[in-house]
Amino acid sequence: MNDDVHIIGAGIHPFGRTDGRSGRDQGVFAVRAALKDAGIEWGDVEYAYGGSAAAGSADIMVNELGLTSVPFINVANGCATGGSALAAARNAVASGACDIALAVGFDKHPRGAFNAKPAEYGLPDWYGETGMMLTTQFFALKIQRYMALHGISRRTLGLVAEKAFRNGTLCDHAWRRSPVDLDTILNAPVVNDPLTKYMFCSPAEGAVALILASAKKVRELGADAVRIASIAFRTRPEGSFEVFAPSIRVGGGGKPTEIASRAAFEMAGIGPEDVSVAQLQDTESGAEIMHMAENGFCADGEQEHWLAEGWSEIKGRMPINTDGGCLACGEPIGASGLRQVYENMVQLRGRGGERQVPNGPKVGYSHVYGAPGLSAVAILER
Amino acid sequence: MSARVPIAPGLWTDEAEPRLIGGRRADGEIVFPMPDGDAAARAEPALLSRRGTLWSWTTQGFEPKEPYSGPQPFQPFLIGYVELPGEVIVETRLVDAAPADLVIGMAMTFAVVPFDDARSTYAFRPERQP
Repeated sequence: MNDDVHIIGAGIHPFGRTDGRSGRDQGVFAVRAALKDAGIEWGDVEYAYGGSAAAGSADIMVNELGLTSVPFINVANGCATGGSALAAARNAVASGACDIALAVGFDKHPRGAFNAKPAEYGLPDWYGETGMMLTTQFFALKIQRYMALHGISRRTLGLVAEKAFRNGTLCDHAWRRSPVDLDTILNAPVVNDPLTKYMFCSPAEGAVALILASAKKVRELGADAVRIASIAFRTRPEGSFEVFAPSIRVGGGGKPTEIASRAAFEMAGIGPEDVSVAQLQDTESGAEIMHMAENGFCADGEQEHWLAEGWSEIKGRMPINTDGGCLACGEPIGASGLRQVYENMVQLRGRGGERQVPNGPKVGYSHVYGAPGLSAVAILER
Repeated sequence: MSARVPIAPGLWTDEAEPRLIGGRRADGEIVFPMPDGDAAARAEPALLSRRGTLWSWTTQGFEPKEPYSGPQPFQPFLIGYVELPGEVIVETRLVDAAPADLVIGMAMTFAVVPFDDARSTYAFRPERQP
């Protein structure tokens, strides 16, 4: 086992809406960009993993990229599709099965909130018929209770969204590129109390590809590489509060994010205080706030002070969601988790331009969370 | 009201003061609703308390997509979780309340309420002050 695995190439297709280009074609676009960035050819890729939630299988991409007989494994793992592809690609290199592997995620969703079918989640029909089967409700219910228990204000929810749109203006792959002021965010129509429409991300389109390589290959190529210090992917433990839950255990339980985060820090041999820049799942404003604590960056309730002081701004003490996160980029499910890793690559290589985190960030942390209760954390080190 | 049929069978009891029907697993944990399919064999029906406390709440101000099948035109509604002490926390409609009335921890009581002209569903409402 050689656990010295690096990312040597990163490519992205801009997020948002690209009429006339399929999700998979956006994936091909991202793969070509990643190959170019790594300075290799498609024929050099020895293993490939990828997928989407709503835009078809990844392995068909070989029609466009070239019929090289590469083993291409389709990943279909909901919100963890990208994270699972990355973990699998890393394991392929770490195991010695290959020296160069690809992880790719892409998607293209219809407009509007995700439309979930009860039977696919093992739930009875009445749950959907009575209007309980909405992901947006879950996020509102979770942050509503969190705010009451830990003293988080509505204004702080607004500050998270305001930061996301401000960062998005500096980011060429973001969808929302215009700033939105705090009053507009707070006074916008409520989707599910306490969350207004500017506090939610939207389903979108986009693609990300990453090229992974062994240390030997990094030396051979002289690549501009970033090391993967750890990846941890976990599903929900007993008693956790997750989306689409007709009942929850009294007294609660663990959280998939806390478990994945602890495992990733332990594997990397570092702690939250060592992180220079973080990309945290921000399906809505409240998610970023709660995930700051679940990932160990602050105690419950301290977010109120963090946001008021600007500590999570690009030039703050611990920048969070430097490309505007899901709020500014939208959420193409299969690509979203890899976008976070892409953004950390940009930051650790010092290629962030106007949104570059100052003073040469050394450690990038990314965290994706999704239905039905799963979380993946990746830590990159320069 | 009595002419309406439950939105699904087996969710609550048919008695003067109806109760939700949960399932008690072998480890003692209660879930709602009572599991179906093969999982039903691993749980015993458990009748749940009619009184609890508000655990969280939110508004549903826009019409959900299918499979939502509520009355037309769409009427905004409240949903939340109510903790039944020592039993389980259940997701539920909230009725006879406005957002400004709701405080996490307040006492709530079970009710069977109209869903549309033909069907009834379950809900909790703030407990009346004595």
